[in-house]
Amino acid sequence: MKISKKLLFLIGIFVVVIVGAILVSSQSSTINIVGSTSVQPTAEKLVEVYSESHKDSKINVQGGGSSVGIKSAKDGSAQIGTSSKELDDGEKEGLKTYELGKDGIVIGVNNENEVSDLSKDQLKGIFSGEIKNWNEIGGNDAEIHVVTREDGSGTLDAFESIIMGDSKIKDDAIVQSSTEAVKQSVSQDPNAIGFVSFAHMSDDVKTVSVNNVAPSEETIADNSYELQRPFLFITKGEPTDEVKKFIDWVMSDEGSKVLQEEKIIKSSN
Amino acid sequence: MNREKINEFLIEKGLFITAIFSIIIIFTILIFIVMEALPAFQEYGFFRFMFGMEWSPNDDNFGVFTMILGSIFVTFLALMMAVPLSLLCAFFMEEIAPNKVKIFLKPVIQTLAGIPSVVYGFFGLTVLVPLVREYFGGTGFSIFTASLILAVMILPTIISVSQDAIKSVPHDFKEASFGLGSTNWQTIRLIIFPAALPGIVTAIILGIGRAIGETLAVIMVAGNVVQIPGSIFDPVRTLTTNIALEMGYATGLHYNALFGTAVILFIIIIILLIIANYIQNKHGMDIGGGTL
Repeated sequence: MKISKKLLFLIGIFVVVIVGAILVSSQSSTINIVGSTSVQPTAEKLVEVYSESHKDSKINVQGGGSSVGIKSAKDGSAQIGTSSKELDDGEKEGLKTYELGKDGIVIGVNNENEVSDLSKDQLKGIFSGEIKNWNEIGGNDAEIHVVTREDGSGTLDAFESIIMGDSKIKDDAIVQSSTEAVKQSVSQDPNAIGFVSFAHMSDDVKTVSVNNVAPSEETIADNSYELQRPFLFITKGEPTDEVKKFIDWVMSDEGSKVLQEEKIIKSSN
Repeated sequence: MNREKINEFLIEKGLFITAIFSIIIIFTILIFIVMEALPAFQEYGFFRFMFGMEWSPNDDNFGVFTMILGSIFVTFLALMMAVPLSLLCAFFMEEIAPNKVKIFLKPVIQTLAGIPSVVYGFFGLTVLVPLVREYFGGTGFSIFTASLILAVMILPTIISVSQDAIKSVPHDFKEASFGLGSTNWQTIRLIIFPAALPGIVTAIILGIGRAIGETLAVIMVAGNVVQIPGSIFDPVRTLTTNIALEMGYATGLHYNALFGTAVILFIIIIILLIIANYIQNKHGMDIGGGTL
């Protein structure tokens, strides 16, 4: 009996130590970057490089989605919100936005597929399930296999808002969990179609032009390729202290270099 | 004298602590999962959550019934393929195979267990999915493809555990059977198999556990479509893949709903364990095999 009391006492001490450690470590001031899951990897990369030269900085990057990013910037729960869609006038109120650059969304089909151009309406038809066969849009007589991304993916979110509008992606579309898995699925199936972000495009799959404009750094920069979205940092009013220091660094040449490596395209106008 | 007593006492308590350690961990995890899941059950309703057909987090619909079916179908089909194969393999290795073959087979099967699941998944995506599409139609992402991969993954578990069960059947049984004039096959079928059954059931339970919990390989080949499949060549989403797919982004109620999915998975596994224990108690024997 005596020993088990001792044991309880020891466990108690452990708990106190652990809780104490957590409290202490969370006390020092940190910058929270919250928002779009598409911006997340880019923001993480920026923070990683930034921390190399600013050892005492503490920056957390979290996902949640563009709307969460805008909301957290507005209510102050995050010092920096991120968004991968333009803010409308109502949302903009009291907020300051910084455009890191743009990302394109590329439609990919199998390399054997003869279709090389699709209109936005055709894309909408394919992904909503109205167009079921490749021969309806100038391809072979074969069923179209649609590959999409999981709910919450930033790429899916952007694709839906640019292409789908109010209609929904069909229920029986194959769901893949990453850009790489989408590319694999499309490259092994002659009748598949999927979408990935421009930064991760490779030769495994064939790029389809949209409304006769092929995606490239130039066409995304000058807005002529329509499937694109901005990567935004959002702050509540003018940033101060550490936050300002970080954003200034991101907007400087050093930050731009990182962005360029991540294939984020600077707007040309 | 006194010192010995203290020693004895310390060792006893030390063993006790190590013994309850895994129980403490299980309960900590369970409490954590249930606490995180609670808001989803409260706001959405437990039965609506469990038997709802629609899963669309963006519209606040969280029904996991299609995924419960998905998990069960995939696991069951994988067992149908893996159990006969691995039991026959275990009997072959223990009772029939000459030593030379045994020495070769054992490490091969162990290697099968050592391959990471992402490798199985990638193999499935690049090799099996196109094959299934070609021969059975559809997209190739299906219950069948996932079960095929899972069957291969649980083979080594079932083989090695049931092999141990067969090995522990007393030699006297076999000799007595031969002495009465039975053939080798009769001895395996009528003497060794019943005597090793409890151990074999344990092997199958471990296989079920691995199959129902496997996530990464299934994500890559199952298609992850939220629907009640019409045939085994339709894509399906399982409970585990649902969690893994969306956990990275989920916030608010969606996040709680994913923990709710984990609770459902927990319940299913507990039900399976109870059923398996029941079977074992009913058909259990005092000799051979060993029990759970």
